[in-house]
Amino acid sequence: MKKVTNPEMLMVANATFKKRLDAKFFSTNGKRAIVICGGTGCLSSDSVAIKERFEKVLKDRNLDGLISVNMVGCFGFCSQGPFVKVYPEDTLYRKVKVSDVETIVEEDFINHGIVDNLLYVDPQTHQKITKMDDINFYKKQKRIALYGCSVIDPENIEEAIGYGAFQALNRALHMDRQEVINEILESGLRGRGGGGFPTGRKWQFAYNQESDEKYVVCNGDEGDPGAFMDRSILEGNPLSVIEGMMIAGYAIGAKQGYFYVRAEYPIAVNRLNIAIKQAKELGLLGDNILGTDFSFDVHLRLGAGAFVCGEETALLNSIEGQRGMPRPRPPFPAVKGLWGKPTIVNNVETLACVPYIIREGVKEFTKYGTEKSKGTKVFALGGKVNNVGLVEIPMGTTVRELIYDIAGGIPNGKKFKALQTGGPSGGCLTEEHLDTPIDFDNLVALGSMMGSGGAIVMDEDNCMVDVAKFYMEFICDESCGKCTPCRIGTKRILEILTKITNGEGELSDLDRLEELADVTKNGSLCALGQTAANPITSTMNRFRDEYVAHIVDKTCPAHVCKNLIQYYVDETMCKKCSKCARNCPVNCITGVPGKEPYKINSSVCVRCGTCLSACPFHAIKKK
Amino acid sequence: MALQEHAIKEIKEIVDQYKNEPTPLMMILSAVQTKFGYIPMEAQELISEETGLSVAEIYGVVTFYSFFSLKPKGKYIIGVCLGTACYVKNSQQVIDKFQTLLGIKPGETTPDGMFTIDALRCIGACALAPAVRVNDKVYPQVRVEDVEKIIDDCERMEAAKNEKGN
Ligand SMILES: Cc1cc2nc3c(=O)[nH]c(=O)nc-3n(C[C@H](O)[C@H](O)[C@H](O)COP(=O)(O)O)c2cc1C
Ligand code: FES
Repeated sequence: MKKVTNPEMLMVANATFKKRLDAKFFSTNGKRAIVICGGTGCLSSDSVAIKERFEKVLKDRNLDGLISVNMVGCFGFCSQGPFVKVYPEDTLYRKVKVSDVETIVEEDFINHGIVDNLLYVDPQTHQKITKMDDINFYKKQKRIALYGCSVIDPENIEEAIGYGAFQALNRALHMDRQEVINEILESGLRGRGGGGFPTGRKWQFAYNQESDEKYVVCNGDEGDPGAFMDRSILEGNPLSVIEGMMIAGYAIGAKQGYFYVRAEYPIAVNRLNIAIKQAKELGLLGDNILGTDFSFDVHLRLGAGAFVCGEETALLNSIEGQRGMPRPRPPFPAVKGLWGKPTIVNNVETLACVPYIIREGVKEFTKYGTEKSKGTKVFALGGKVNNVGLVEIPMGTTVRELIYDIAGGIPNGKKFKALQTGGPSGGCLTEEHLDTPIDFDNLVALGSMMGSGGAIVMDEDNCMVDVAKFYMEFICDESCGKCTPCRIGTKRILEILTKITNGEGELSDLDRLEELADVTKNGSLCALGQTAANPITSTMNRFRDEYVAHIVDKTCPAHVCKNLIQYYVDETMCKKCSKCARNCPVNCITGVPGKEPYKINSSVCVRCGTCLSACPFHAIKKK
Repeated sequence: MALQEHAIKEIKEIVDQYKNEPTPLMMILSAVQTKFGYIPMEAQELISEETGLSVAEIYGVVTFYSFFSLKPKGKYIIGVCLGTACYVKNSQQVIDKFQTLLGIKPGETTPDGMFTIDALRCIGACALAPAVRVNDKVYPQVRVEDVEKIIDDCERMEAAKNEKGN
């Protein structure tokens, strides 16, 4: 392909490729198109095999010239994947299996019908829905950071250009650098990596520094377990993040950019590499970009499995080939960052918002959101909700809308208990907060935080003390060990929580937990330690009765903590089949097959739960 | 155990590949880990000679990051996700079951070198929670009852491989 070396050529390329995209979506060339989800979730449910099967079946039937087969980034609605979408009709098939391919070709492509049983069924109205935009899950969403994801082929730069890539860069390059920063300031964009620091202000600090070399670093470490927003952006439209990084580079006066991405994300890394290579080939990365004197180069670095490396100064140490331990701040990276030079560190989603703001205009961005949190936020919705997946919602959407309208409520008629945001640094919201509009400041005011966007819903079967312990185990594992309050404070907290969940807690432990939380918060060097106790404080404030039940009554109300539950056989349901007794590893279940109902001897029982899953009649219960 | 001739050559090539980078250590270690599955002391000594960094510094970095391993891992690395989304859907019970059946703890390898259990923190397949990854294959929505089948799967695959080999 020819290089794109000036704005006119970019316009021509955009027009040419836009035409090609239109042909795909609207069938202006008489061809139809299939797009298949190539996000991580769907790829693990065989979407590559589905693609190959389509290609083969279409070829066998001589339809391959009439229907193109494409792969795109994540559709977001992962619990209903894999998805297959058909253009121009815009029909969406979900939970497609390789064995469905033949049927789709037959009924849809040949007979021009619709494969009814592959359509999404609304759980409330039981109606079948053919188009994506009519599904509740998508109705309240707005794609800014996820612009282009699930629309374009992420491994093809031509589609990205046809969909607007590099238009924002081109515009920025013809603005004064300070003007670019002013627009970002005006947009009110705040960092999506957790802290919510105003992006424009960060850029301004770096801009103000005099230096021969400056750097832009993109934080793709996404350490919060249960969060996968950044991954989906990188997998779905890597060029939007590269473009955001280039605009940042132009604005602050940097010529080099570094991506730091988790090694656990091979697909994202691969697509990022492809995008960088293609942009270089077209001259859109390198020297004198679009005929200006702006030059920019991008490098990729992989993380190696350390949560603390998401913290910006630890991340810089890691890029420099050292242990990923945080540095004291100040000096802030904007003053003294990578190799001692002024550096800005921005999150993937933050950078993905930048081209949208510059291209579509500040107003298009600020029309979404609340007064102090503009635009949208991507959340990875997980846990006990019907619709698990990725959603991008305007800031200010309420917790209720998120959980009940978008996520479709709690499965199996269970009761909502808590929404955890901010991962191991965050806290939980409960029923009384359902009508809270979600934005940076509201969440902090409620003792939680936005974090990077993990949103885990818990129901009555989750024990909040156990959840607190879970996060503390995580933090203990991941504390880098540099400062004492974090290294030892978190360990002591974990010990007490373990004691409580084992049924050995005392009421005075609660005071000790509070004291330890306070010391860890105020004494730690970096935000990992400073926020480590948040899940404890938050659950203790909101679910103190659960803590007390563990300590005083020696029971776990949610029946999770092993030492505090007892298994028993409900005699009215027992069919005396002996299956439980045969499966019991310690032989603590007795009875007579066909004659006497079975009984569990609690003093011998090791609470392994084998009988519970072995019983075909659900007669084994916990108390 | 001394490094084999070909390993020495390969490690030198890896170091060479990154010689224009200002601080290449992480990239060298990642490449060695990916190539050999672990980074033994001898390899660290060789990297030290080639880069001029002290062995202490290299060892410090290797032991800091969980991706790097000092010991070889099993042929089948069973990664059970203990990320939040999986944890709230009972992945702890799943990993417990693997431990009971294989008789090893997370991070350990069976004496025959077949299996390693790893506790993972989110593999990004949260929609498929609880997720288990064996080498490159992801098993979605794993229940405690499925654990035995997953182990059987691996053993069957291994048997098939050996048969082909003979
Ligand atoms: C323990 C810890 C982990 C973090 N993990 C991440 C992460 O995975 N991704 C991220 O973008 N920011 C993470 N951050 C926040 C970064 O330090 C930094 O604030 C952010 O990358 C700045 O980008 P932003 O302003 O665009 O959000 C983490 C912070 C701490 C203290
Ligand atoms: S929490 Fe298990 S895959 Fe994300």
